[in-house]
Amino acid sequence: MTKTLKRPAHPLPVRIMHWIGAPTIVCMMLSGCAIYDASPSLPFTFPRWMTLGGWLAGGIAWHISAMWVLFADGIAYLLYGFASGHFRRDLFPPGPRAVIRTMAAALTGRLGHSLGHYNEVQRLLYAGVIVLIGFQVVTGFAIWKPVQLGWITDLLGGYPIARGLHLAAMIGILLFLVVHLTLVAIFPRTLVAMLAGIAAEPEAPAR
Amino acid sequence: MSRPHDLRRKAAVTMDEIRPELARISRRGLISGGLSLGGLALLTGCDLSTHSGVDAALWTMMHFDDRVQAGLFSRTRLATTFPASAVTKPFRFNAFYEDWQVRETPPDWRLELSGLIGDKAPWTIAKLRALPQEAQVTRHICIEGWSQIGQWSGVPLHIFLRRIGADPRARYVAFQCFDGYSTSIDMPSALHPQTILALDFLGEPLAPEWGAPVRLRIPTKLGFKSAKNIRAIAVTNTYPGGYWEDQGYNWFSGS
Repeated sequence: MTKTLKRPAHPLPVRIMHWIGAPTIVCMMLSGCAIYDASPSLPFTFPRWMTLGGWLAGGIAWHISAMWVLFADGIAYLLYGFASGHFRRDLFPPGPRAVIRTMAAALTGRLGHSLGHYNEVQRLLYAGVIVLIGFQVVTGFAIWKPVQLGWITDLLGGYPIARGLHLAAMIGILLFLVVHLTLVAIFPRTLVAMLAGIAAEPEAPAR
Repeated sequence: MSRPHDLRRKAAVTMDEIRPELARISRRGLISGGLSLGGLALLTGCDLSTHSGVDAALWTMMHFDDRVQAGLFSRTRLATTFPASAVTKPFRFNAFYEDWQVRETPPDWRLELSGLIGDKAPWTIAKLRALPQEAQVTRHICIEGWSQIGQWSGVPLHIFLRRIGADPRARYVAFQCFDGYSTSIDMPSALHPQTILALDFLGEPLAPEWGAPVRLRIPTKLGFKSAKNIRAIAVTNTYPGGYWEDQGYNWFSGS
């Protein structure tokens, strides 16, 4: 039987903000695909099931609506993450050597997973996706307001480049999602822990 | 209001006149198809054309977004300008119809004025050309995402509005076009120094496909706000909407 600690694997604020943010980001991606499909900049379009809004105006309406929800959720999460020590304790990026060691352990099936502890690869992934979403907000501002926030657009190399970066970062977030959901499928109790206040487990050493 | 060129238009193919209806019908079909697929498909069906609660929420968020955009807007912040060598060639034609459906300027064309305007006498092109002219090379950004750099010149709209005695405290400036298009902008954006009533494109008087005889060029908004083939301008406090805005394009659409 797994031993448990007193604190929850995920504090309540993290769980609430995760479940506001997750569907919101999915809405952003699907509506973003609808907007991309109106004038594809690369020789492919997203299939209809990957779009939200039905047509360009619907896609933009969803994108704009979800944007403000994500903005509020993201600000709240950043404030909480810094103030509570969540970032420093759980997500602070590890050194490259620790990442390689953990990655090797994971790939050879010797990596234990204990709820409430983030190993080096997880830290890298989660810290990475937070930075990536932050970058996505910046590229989004650059193409939403290329005049009023033109300094951001200029910093990124102009409107067409910023638009390309916005698509590239979206694909980066999509790749994170694939890895994230695969890992959740392998360790389903992590899903339960993100839903309910399950107690954290003592840190498992690599087997 | 009777317009003689309406008769000429009837003789031509009028696919563009029924296009919005066709689009609406096909979207309805998609929604009814989507309903049977359950939850997510139901959301996918929310495309601003239904009376569902989700669509109402989307409209509410868009109105909120319009207010934020109006707050972000600065009358002095300028769109990036480019050297003439940066102009995109060939420049892409874009309208809510195909290029072969472009209409010539009606022979009796005058720029009509209405609403909160002191002097509503109609204007000719010669009179517009007698006003101070301003040239710009700016990026035209389409709501679809593509963009291209063009060169336009004409009368700054703020000079024209002052000249005709328009009420600068009015909320909207609306544009009616003889190709059936319409749009509207907020007064602060109308008074922006780079908002012009363009008469020339690439140094030549506007050709019909580029919006002859006069078009709006407003680089602080998305491309669909730069109405072509203008026949009437109104200054009003009543929300005028527009061809695309009425179907769901975000109204402010500021850049």
